[in-house]
Amino acid sequence: MPREIEINPVTRIEGHAKITLKLDDNGVVSDALFHVTQFRGFEKFCEGRPMTEMPSLMARTCGICPVSHLMAASKACDQLLAVNIPPTADKLRRIMNLAQIVQSHALSFFHLSSPDLLMGMDANPAKRNIFGVLGEYPQLAKDGIRLRAIGQTVIEILGGKRIHPAWTVPGGVNAPLTPEKHQQISQLMPEALEIAQRTLVWFKRNLSRFSEEAAAFGNFPTYFLGLVTPTGGLEHYDGLLRVVDARGQIVEDMVPPERYLDIIAEAVEPYSFMKFPYLKALGYPQGIYRVGPLARLNIIDHVGTPLADQEWAEFREMHRGPVLSSFHYHYARLIEILYGVERIMELLADKDIMSPRVRARARPNRDEGIGVTEAPRGTIMHHYRIDEHGLVTWANLIIATGHNNLAMNRGVLQVARHFVDGSKIQEGMLNRVEAVIRCYDPCLSCATHAYGQMPMRIELRSATGELLDQVGR
Amino acid sequence: MTRPSVPKPAGVAQPQVVTLRIDGRDVSARSDETILSVARQNRIDIPTLCYLDGLSGWGACRLCLVDIKGTPKLLPACVTLVREGMEVTTDSPRLQKYRRMVLELLFSERNHVCSVCVSNGKCELQAMAQRLGMTHVSLPYRYPRLEFDSSNDLFRMDHNRCILCTRCVRVCDEIEGAHTWDCRGRGIETRIISDLNEPWGESSTCTRCGKCVNVCPTGALSQKGTAVAEMTKRVTFLPYLTLMRNSDEP
Repeated sequence: MPREIEINPVTRIEGHAKITLKLDDNGVVSDALFHVTQFRGFEKFCEGRPMTEMPSLMARTCGICPVSHLMAASKACDQLLAVNIPPTADKLRRIMNLAQIVQSHALSFFHLSSPDLLMGMDANPAKRNIFGVLGEYPQLAKDGIRLRAIGQTVIEILGGKRIHPAWTVPGGVNAPLTPEKHQQISQLMPEALEIAQRTLVWFKRNLSRFSEEAAAFGNFPTYFLGLVTPTGGLEHYDGLLRVVDARGQIVEDMVPPERYLDIIAEAVEPYSFMKFPYLKALGYPQGIYRVGPLARLNIIDHVGTPLADQEWAEFREMHRGPVLSSFHYHYARLIEILYGVERIMELLADKDIMSPRVRARARPNRDEGIGVTEAPRGTIMHHYRIDEHGLVTWANLIIATGHNNLAMNRGVLQVARHFVDGSKIQEGMLNRVEAVIRCYDPCLSCATHAYGQMPMRIELRSATGELLDQVGR
Repeated sequence: MTRPSVPKPAGVAQPQVVTLRIDGRDVSARSDETILSVARQNRIDIPTLCYLDGLSGWGACRLCLVDIKGTPKLLPACVTLVREGMEVTTDSPRLQKYRRMVLELLFSERNHVCSVCVSNGKCELQAMAQRLGMTHVSLPYRYPRLEFDSSNDLFRMDHNRCILCTRCVRVCDEIEGAHTWDCRGRGIETRIISDLNEPWGESSTCTRCGKCVNVCPTGALSQKGTAVAEMTKRVTFLPYLTLMRNSDEP
C-alpha cells in the first residue's frame, strides 16, 4: 500500500519546513517533497514606501543574513539613483558583506551542521547539537562561536549594530571608517584566519569518514549559477553572472546581473510557499541549478587570495569537473571563510579605505533598479520599480535558497531512497534526510520572505491519509 | 481650523501675580501664564508632545494632563491658565496610567514602525514611550492604509507616522505666515492636508522653508533622501524667531 512519511518540522535550519516522503506498495520511496510552510509578503508591503527605506525594510527579511539583503537592496537603490558609488563605499560594503559571509558560514558549519559530522548521523538527538559538541570537542565549538562573533563584531563596528544595521544606504554608506574602527577590525583578523585554517585542516583529515554521505547527499549533476569577477575570480558583492553545466562547461558567461531574467524564470508549486526558479534555456523542471558556496567554487577560474587559492585547487582535485555532491557545501563554506578573512585583510590595507567620501547623493533618476549579490547561501536578486516621486510601485526578490529549491527536493529524494527503509522510521534516517537539507543551509524565512511555526514530528500515513506511525521530538 | 489661542485678560489690564501649589511646592506666577509654563519655570517637567516653545498651545496630545484639586476632570497644562490658590498635581499613578494610555492610542492608531523609520532614535514619540515606560501596546493596532506624499521636491509627508500634533500647522501659520498646512476630517479620520487637500508638491502657498519638517516630533515630515534613522530635526531656530517677532511688537 502506498504510504507517506512526513518530517515536520525540519530542525537546525533557519526557518520552518517539513518534508513528505511518498512510499510505494513495496515501501520504496517514490517521491519526496520539501515544503516551506511560511508566508510573509515582503514584495507586497513595500509598495508605496520611499525607495530610501528599502535597504532597511528588506533587511528585515532575515536576522541571519540581513547584510546580504542590505547590500542587494542598496545596490538596487544605487541604480535607481543612477550613481556610481564612491570607491571607498564600495570597499566598505565589501568588508561588511564578507564579515557576514564569515559569520553566517560559521553558524551553518559549527552550530547547525558540525553536530552531525562530529557525533555521527545516528547519535542520540539529545546530544547531537552544539552543546554536545561543546562537551566533547570544546576547542572546535569554541572556534565556531568565536569565528561567528568576529564576523558579527566587524558588522557591528562598521554599522553600529550586529543585526539590521542602517549604515548601508542608497548611494554608499552613511559613515566612513575611522582609524579606531580600522584598528579594531584589523586586530580581530589574525585570530579569524587561524581558526579558518585550523578548521579546514580538521575537516580535510576527517573527510573520508563521510564518504557514504558525500556519495548520497545531493550528489547529482546540475547546473551551477553565481557571480564572478570580470576575470573569473570569486565574487560576493558585485560581478557578472556565470552558469556552468555539470561537466564544468560555461553555458552563460559575463551576463550583467540586470539581465537575470534572460537566464532564469520562476515556477510555483501548490505544496510550498517557496517559488521554484529554473534556467529558462532548459525549462521547468529540468532547469535545475544550484547556488551558494559549492556553486561559487564550481564556476570560478580562480579564487583571488593566496591561501584560499591553494585550498580551492585541492578542493577541485576531488572530482573531475565540478564537485557535484551537496555534502561538499560544508567544505566550500570553510574555503569561503578563509577567503573572506584574507580579503577583509586586503581591503583594510587599501590606502583609500578611510577616505571620508563614502556617499553619492542624488535623487531618483531611474524607474527600475536591480541589485544582485552573493549571500552566504547564494545569489540574491532584488528588483524594484519606483514612480516619479521615488515611491516603490513593484518589487521582486529572488533569494539564494529559492534557487536551490529544485536541487533540495531532488537531494531529499536521493537521500531518502538511499537511507529510508519504508517499513519503519529510524532516527538516523530522519536525520540524514534533514541533514541533506542542512547542506544547503537554507534560509526559509528569506526564501519565502515569511513567518510560521511547526511542531517537530514525522508521520507515516497510508494512501488514504490514515496515520500509521509517528515519531515526535 | 480655528485656533484656541491662550485666552488673555480683556483690555489693557496688567496681569496679576498669583500664588499656587504645584506638586506641593508654593510657586508664584503671572495670571496669564499656563500651568505648563509655570511648572517648567520651576523645574517641574510635565511630558508633552504637541506643545512646542515658540508656538501657541493647542492641547491636542493630552500628555500634559494634570490633576487640579476641586476639579473632577483632568486638564491639559499647556492651555490651562494658573489661578490664585490652585493646587496642581503633575505626577501620580493615575496620571502615569493615562499618559501611557495616550501613547498606546497614538501607537495603535497609525503605522509607527520605528525600525525602518527615518526618525528612529531621534523621535520624540519614541523617546516619550521610553521615558513613560510604555512597554507594550495593549490595544489592537488599526493598521490603516495611509498615503505617503513624496510630491514635494525637498520634503515628504508620511501620514503613517503622523500623530496630529499640529505643530506643522501652527509653525506654518504663526511663524512662516504661509498657512499651507491644515486639518481635514474629524477624530480618527483627521488628516493633515496642504492647501485645499492637494499634493504638497503642487501647493502654491508653500515656501519650501522646511520649518514644518524641523518641528515635526516624529518621522511624519522628513527631508527627501534621508534613509533610516538619518533624519535629525533642528528646532533651535524657533525661540530666536519668536523672540525677534515679539521684540517688534509695540
